[in-house]
Amino acid sequence: MTTEATMQPRRAVKASQKRKFVIEAIAVVAVALILVVILPLFLTPFRLNLLGRFLALGIVALGIDLIWGFTGLLSLGHGIFFALGGYAFAMFLQLNSLPEGSIPEFFGLYGVRELPWFWQPFNSFPFTLLAIVLIPAIVAGLLGYLVFRNRIRGVYFSILTQAALVVFFNFFNGQQELINGTNGLTTSTTTFLGQRVGSGEMRMFFYIATVVALVAMYALCRWLTSGRFGRMLVAIRDDENRVRFSGYDPTAFKVLVFAVSGAIAGVAGALYSVQSGIISPQAMDIAFSIEMVIWVAVGGRATLVGAILGAVLVNMARSLLSERFPDVWLFFQGALFLIVVTALPDGIIGWGRRTFGSTVSKALGIAPTTLPYLDDSPEPVAASETPEFAEK
Amino acid sequence: MIEGLISGLFNGISIGAVLLIVALGLAIVFGLMGVINLAHGELMMFGAYTTFVVQNAAQSIGGVAPDLYIFAALPLAFLVAAALGLLLERTVIRHLYGRPLETLLATWGVSLILIQTIRSISWPMALGLLVFAVLFVGGRWVLTRYTNWEQIRAWANPVFVLLSAAIALLTWIWIGNAASAQFVRPWFGARNVNVASPSWLRGSISLGTGIQLPMARLFIILLTTLCVLAVYWFLNRTAWGLRIRSVTQNRGMSACLGIPTGQVDAITFALGSGLAGVAGCVVTMLGAVGPNLGSNYIVDAFMVVVVGGVGKLVGSIVASLVIGTVVYLVGSGTLATMFPPAAAFQPFIDFFTFFATTSMARVMVFALIIAFLQVRPAGLFPPKGRAVEL
Repeated sequence: MTTEATMQPRRAVKASQKRKFVIEAIAVVAVALILVVILPLFLTPFRLNLLGRFLALGIVALGIDLIWGFTGLLSLGHGIFFALGGYAFAMFLQLNSLPEGSIPEFFGLYGVRELPWFWQPFNSFPFTLLAIVLIPAIVAGLLGYLVFRNRIRGVYFSILTQAALVVFFNFFNGQQELINGTNGLTTSTTTFLGQRVGSGEMRMFFYIATVVALVAMYALCRWLTSGRFGRMLVAIRDDENRVRFSGYDPTAFKVLVFAVSGAIAGVAGALYSVQSGIISPQAMDIAFSIEMVIWVAVGGRATLVGAILGAVLVNMARSLLSERFPDVWLFFQGALFLIVVTALPDGIIGWGRRTFGSTVSKALGIAPTTLPYLDDSPEPVAASETPEFAEK
Repeated sequence: MIEGLISGLFNGISIGAVLLIVALGLAIVFGLMGVINLAHGELMMFGAYTTFVVQNAAQSIGGVAPDLYIFAALPLAFLVAAALGLLLERTVIRHLYGRPLETLLATWGVSLILIQTIRSISWPMALGLLVFAVLFVGGRWVLTRYTNWEQIRAWANPVFVLLSAAIALLTWIWIGNAASAQFVRPWFGARNVNVASPSWLRGSISLGTGIQLPMARLFIILLTTLCVLAVYWFLNRTAWGLRIRSVTQNRGMSACLGIPTGQVDAITFALGSGLAGVAGCVVTMLGAVGPNLGSNYIVDAFMVVVVGGVGKLVGSIVASLVIGTVVYLVGSGTLATMFPPAAAFQPFIDFFTFFATTSMARVMVFALIIAFLQVRPAGLFPPKGRAVEL
């Protein structure tokens, strides 16, 4: 496809790109309209709320696809950013629903009289909106800078993100008097725009907000990955040293993409926590963060649509199966990991593309402009990368 | 004050010893194959449950058996975990070499399956598993014997797995429905079980002046020392150890020189898993045994591997002892009491008091590890060489 494109004159390329873009935009808007207008007619409020949560999880999956699928960094710590976004919004909701001058109830249990300083800014809605995006982005950027600066990567990076997750979990779990520790912050009983968050109208409002955010985040990721920035990410994924030797600084790109990915996870966390009614340190469970990765793997890495699809499908399967057979779900989940990793490395989208050819995806306009994940030539084993001149 | 420091150091070292014994197998496997085994904690759990079973058997025998069961449980836990590890390597990990991130996810899947297995294993399920194993292995044996195996292999394998699994599942359900409730009940269930230590491990040695050294912790330190010595002997004094070290340094070259790298991988993985089993046996002395036992230790063990660097035993030893000691000294608040109560030291005291819980100590240790990696990104004892990569 790319070779074809380079053969054509520049104007023709632009025209064909524009047409593709229009088709894709129409497809996305159509899907969004189905989600917002048609599905609420058929689904019960309970199911619609579930779907809204899954779509919020689809947003995290987008962020993970950006950093794992395109940049090749497997983060097992996205729960941190998810939870930070959720906590930021929940703190605002807590303060917002209180009468002037009083503080949330749980503070009284631990003898705290005054609002802690870091709660103060969350009185303001614009600050909260910024915080949902910026706090996770800053934390991710800082962690990423400290890790990538030393060229720590591969499984080391995964382990460090997982350790960071455990650390944040411990921190949030242990600070009983500052953020209500294990119990987390309830959002369903708070009010937003003068209405109870748990009420039907508000649920519908947040469902629509989730769909809008999903479309916006999809557009952002699509824009990031389709241009030169996206090519750079893929280059880092496929051969970071070559990128470095070509005079680029992969560290800056990696820090940036990690921060963006964290910000996306923060948005998802905020939307998820209002729809599920609570945010607690459980969002930073190790298992949950690894699950996020598997959604992307199920859908298909380096295909943004796949990430959303994977998140929604796996969670639907989970809620259906665990409702009926609570014991068996863990077996299924484990088997899902094994099957996806060993037999279906390109996920549903990759499998569909292989089976049905690129016709369908082209017609839908979801054919990627970047290269698919290089799995035909596996990277060398880390151990074999130890130098030949090792002294022993 | 000095007594506090000594007993603090002792407890810290004993925690480090537990960490070391958990991380030892992980480090060997990671150094050799570049494989992060997220199911390591679950292999530990199987070791712990083996100990539980052995202890129950010893209780029912009576006599001196309850005092000596630990000596039967240690090798048995090693063997059970090693066998499980070997099975895991042969069925899953072997197909994923060279793809460390995929291996990470696959082993996480395995760990989920193992957790649910220990929760729900019962006689019907065990019999179902047996049926599966017999059908699958037997059927493949028949096919390889009497047909042109290489030609039909591509479709025969999946068909066989599915067929055997279906029959095994039916057996499980059928027995589950037909048998009595007593027979169907899960063996362990989802709740924690308690393993009673031998009576001679429950006391403690007094060193006078108020310092008490618990026997269980002394035993753990001794056992860890033995394990490290055994691993050192195995790696440095045996033929297979030589092969393992050679593959760790350069897989391609070793393969060219006729070292069976596949067998080396299998043996190493079994050894690492076996050590996880021993670790599981050890942690039964410290607390209750439950399906989630593994996840408590796994992240700390990984940190040991990251700090220690790959491929050097001494790195793991130093890293685990340091991490264990720091976590204990900070977490128990011993450090906060070390400072004289003068105004000049008040900031330090406040600082260490803030971190004086086990979970907050982990927060601090993580920060220290990140800071340490700024100085030595490849760990304490990185392999020397001219590679660009870590």
